[in-house]
Amino acid sequence: MAKTRRYLLGLAAAVALGSVASFTLPGTATAAWEPKKPVEFVIMAGKGGGADKMARLMQTVIEKNGWSAKPLTPINKPGGSGAEALVHLKDKAKSDPNHTIMVTLNSFYTTPLRQPKLGVDIETFTPVARMAEDTFLLWVHKDSGIKDVDDFVKAAKAAGDGWIMAGTGKLQEDQLLTDFLNAAYDLKMKYVPYKGGGKVAKQLAGKHANSTVNNPSEQEGFYAAGTTVPLAAFTPKRLEMFPDAPTFGELGNEFVYFMQRSVVGAPGMSDEAAAYYQGLFQKVFESSEWQDYRKKKSLQGEFLTGTALKDYWLKEREIHKQMLAKMGAL
Amino acid sequence: MEILQHLMDGFLIAFEPLNLGLVILGVVVGLFIGAMPGLGSVNGVAILLPMTFLVPPTSAMIFLAAIYYGAMYGGAISSVMLGIPGASTAVATTFDGRPLALRGEADKALVAAALASFFGGTISILLFTGFAPPLASIALDFGDPEIFALMLLAFATFVGLGSDDIPKTIFSICIGLVFSAVGLDIMSGEPRLIFFDIIGFMSGINFLVLAIGIYGIGEMLWTIEKTDGDSMMSKAVVTVDRVLNNLKELGRTWKIAVSSSFLGFFVGILPAAGATPGSLMAYGVAKMTSKTPEDFGKGEVAGVVAPEAANNAASTGSMLPMLTLGIPGSPTTAILLGGMVIWGLVPGPLLFVEQTEFVWGLIASLYAANLFAVLINIVFIPAFLWMLKMPFTILAPLIFVLSLVGGYAPTQKMHDVWLMLLFGAGGYLLRKLDYPLAPAVLAIVLGPIAEPALRQSLLIANGDPMVFINRPIAGPITIIALILILLPLAKAIRNRFRKAG
Amino acid sequence: MRRAEIITAALMALFSIYLMVKSAELPIGWIEDEGPGGGAFSFWLAAVMLLCCVWIAFNWFRRKSPQSVSSEPYMDSTARKKFLLVGGGVTAMIALVHFVGMYGAILVFLIYYIRFLGRHAWSTTMLISVSAPIVTFFFFDVAMRIVLPKGYLEPLFLPLYDIFL
Repeated sequence: MAKTRRYLLGLAAAVALGSVASFTLPGTATAAWEPKKPVEFVIMAGKGGGADKMARLMQTVIEKNGWSAKPLTPINKPGGSGAEALVHLKDKAKSDPNHTIMVTLNSFYTTPLRQPKLGVDIETFTPVARMAEDTFLLWVHKDSGIKDVDDFVKAAKAAGDGWIMAGTGKLQEDQLLTDFLNAAYDLKMKYVPYKGGGKVAKQLAGKHANSTVNNPSEQEGFYAAGTTVPLAAFTPKRLEMFPDAPTFGELGNEFVYFMQRSVVGAPGMSDEAAAYYQGLFQKVFESSEWQDYRKKKSLQGEFLTGTALKDYWLKEREIHKQMLAKMGAL
Repeated sequence: MEILQHLMDGFLIAFEPLNLGLVILGVVVGLFIGAMPGLGSVNGVAILLPMTFLVPPTSAMIFLAAIYYGAMYGGAISSVMLGIPGASTAVATTFDGRPLALRGEADKALVAAALASFFGGTISILLFTGFAPPLASIALDFGDPEIFALMLLAFATFVGLGSDDIPKTIFSICIGLVFSAVGLDIMSGEPRLIFFDIIGFMSGINFLVLAIGIYGIGEMLWTIEKTDGDSMMSKAVVTVDRVLNNLKELGRTWKIAVSSSFLGFFVGILPAAGATPGSLMAYGVAKMTSKTPEDFGKGEVAGVVAPEAANNAASTGSMLPMLTLGIPGSPTTAILLGGMVIWGLVPGPLLFVEQTEFVWGLIASLYAANLFAVLINIVFIPAFLWMLKMPFTILAPLIFVLSLVGGYAPTQKMHDVWLMLLFGAGGYLLRKLDYPLAPAVLAIVLGPIAEPALRQSLLIANGDPMVFINRPIAGPITIIALILILLPLAKAIRNRFRKAG
Repeated sequence: MRRAEIITAALMALFSIYLMVKSAELPIGWIEDEGPGGGAFSFWLAAVMLLCCVWIAFNWFRRKSPQSVSSEPYMDSTARKKFLLVGGGVTAMIALVHFVGMYGAILVFLIYYIRFLGRHAWSTTMLISVSAPIVTFFFFDVAMRIVLPKGYLEPLFLPLYDIFL
């Protein structure tokens, strides 16, 4: 019975608090919107991946500073390259759009393009914040003796389709980059998909693959130990962390590609709620933890929100549409 | 002797009051999370990760490692007491733990699980302490063909898990493998087997949904039909004599505990494999090498000792590639890796050189976590036994409720709960006709590792299946696995011919 | 039992065929220089399932398996009654989650089972039925931060969130 009593006490306390709140409310009528229940923090990728790590860092920063009245509860929904997560958010529009936000990456564009049956239009989603853009570099194993892109092209040409490029999933970012390299340098590299960037990095370190196009955060452990070497970056400028790796632009084959790390709200979110989350993630962005993380992982991309973010999405969607069309994936 | 010096320093860190307190707290929390069907170490570590910002990184890591350990111990509790494997790592523990509990020997099973876990944990930490860096390079040598060969070896241990009815056993293995293929096919980037275009199938069929459905619902329906509302368990009575007898019987299984610990540890350090295949293989090996293999599955203590020693050894093992290579060997270590990133630690070959305080503090706290986990676990055993004394008409609905919540918690989708009910009802109906269901549960765990490894290997080798035979590590493993699979089949066929003749 | 054996085998055979058809949406053959296609793994395994069903039917025909010679009923009337009462109760509980949420469904189910199937006293029934959802709430919603569905009862929980989260 002790439990029951505790419950009743809790209920009584809740009622009491509720009435106090209703008395004090008129005084703070202009109070900003706040979540009334735990906020669902959907992660459009699996546990342990790049997006997951960042989502958990954001959650940690928010909890550490007590910035949110109600906790963010992370849920991974990697199903169907994020299809499941997108549909989940879309469905929230009808029931409760104000308590669901999501961490997204580039599958935010590609998945609705490749699976029109889902009926997801990302234009309807509520922009919250772009927290960063992750970079890509071309990596090889130290023992291969390859020092620059010229060596790489020579070796890959000689190997023909025996040259293994490991990447994350078919028709995902890594394959877009591989296709670009194959076309630009007239190569026949064989693309082998794995589940997750960590596994891809390991294939290279274990010499099961000849090259990869990992993010810096996925290769940094091996890079620090000198096991793997970055040859060139898919960025407009050289990265501070890898001053010896030129950009593909410098080498005469301009190709820039980023992975967005953004937070998006369910479609139909109220303006007040959207403003609340935008403010929350702006604080996260400006926190020393996040800035520190950005620096360590060579993350690019400034904070974007509101219509600026939406415009960015629409532009990127167009770019991805063309890329996918070129690959014959549409 | 440098290692001993490091270890001493590590112990000084681990036994700081804050860290020691965190170890004990973590073990208790982990024990309960692990004992809850549906929740395992992954959930515990993922959920408590943000809480660790309150303490320095070394303490945070120690706390999470203690939860990991506690949950590995706790998984056995649900397997023995409820017959539901709380996590994939504890599947093999149900095979013999459950029959023991039904026979009124739950105390024996629980003590065996606790002591075997302790044994496995201790051996693996010693191996970890002594050989971490050289073992890491072995983990790197394992490419796709090697992983597939290893999975083949794990499948080989299935043979003999089923019933005497060969077609029904094969059917069960195949249906588990087919279910494991549901979801996005990473090799082609296409969704596959999305039944009736229901979006919930996009993320595949979670192992837990099938396991809880079959064991938590199907098995319960079956038990309810077979008993007349009364408890089907003879109650365990704890007496000094009993305890001594149990310990004596356990003493006889030490060889199995040693071999399972080594096996678990080595399988654990291989990326992608993790603790589940390790515990299954240990069970299979224990059965194959036993003088009385026919007792397995009917309540043989060695059948509890082997998987429990192996899964704890493997969970320590899987930390090794995470720390030394930055490659997680299991889902839980993937989250721990995320934690290290948050704390600004870069896992990789240099961690052992640059962050000696962190690494050795962690290793020393593994010793401490292991010790406290076994002590705390044993203290709680009477409480768990008391639970079994509840009337069955109260225990049964509570198990259904646990199944409902446990089926929902991992993915938080009602889709999975309905699927679980479907598997439960289907499992019950098939069970009545003697279709063995354990092979299906095992297949759905191993399928998602085996299939991509198979196809990646073939893709790299231009479709040449010889890749599994002519590589130095993969070759011997594949051949052993094939022998183990074909031998019993050949035997069965020969027996049949003999009978016919 | 004999009849159930062959009916089940037939149903499972149909299911295998469905799985094969479904798998065939992706390439099921051997792709030159690549290995098996995306649907091959599940297609051929489903084919093996179908073969097993044929094998089971063959054993049934020859009266080789214990089930094919058993004259015991597959489900007698008590078994059927139990299956419907218990299985139906669990099904109803899951359906209820959509309306009154996890906690409401657990409460109703426990009262149904403990009181009406178990015939325990009301005091025992209520003690367990009420404390189970409360313990679950504190374990999942509060401690583990796994928010279980609340259905139409959600407004009742808002003040609890204010206190405990």
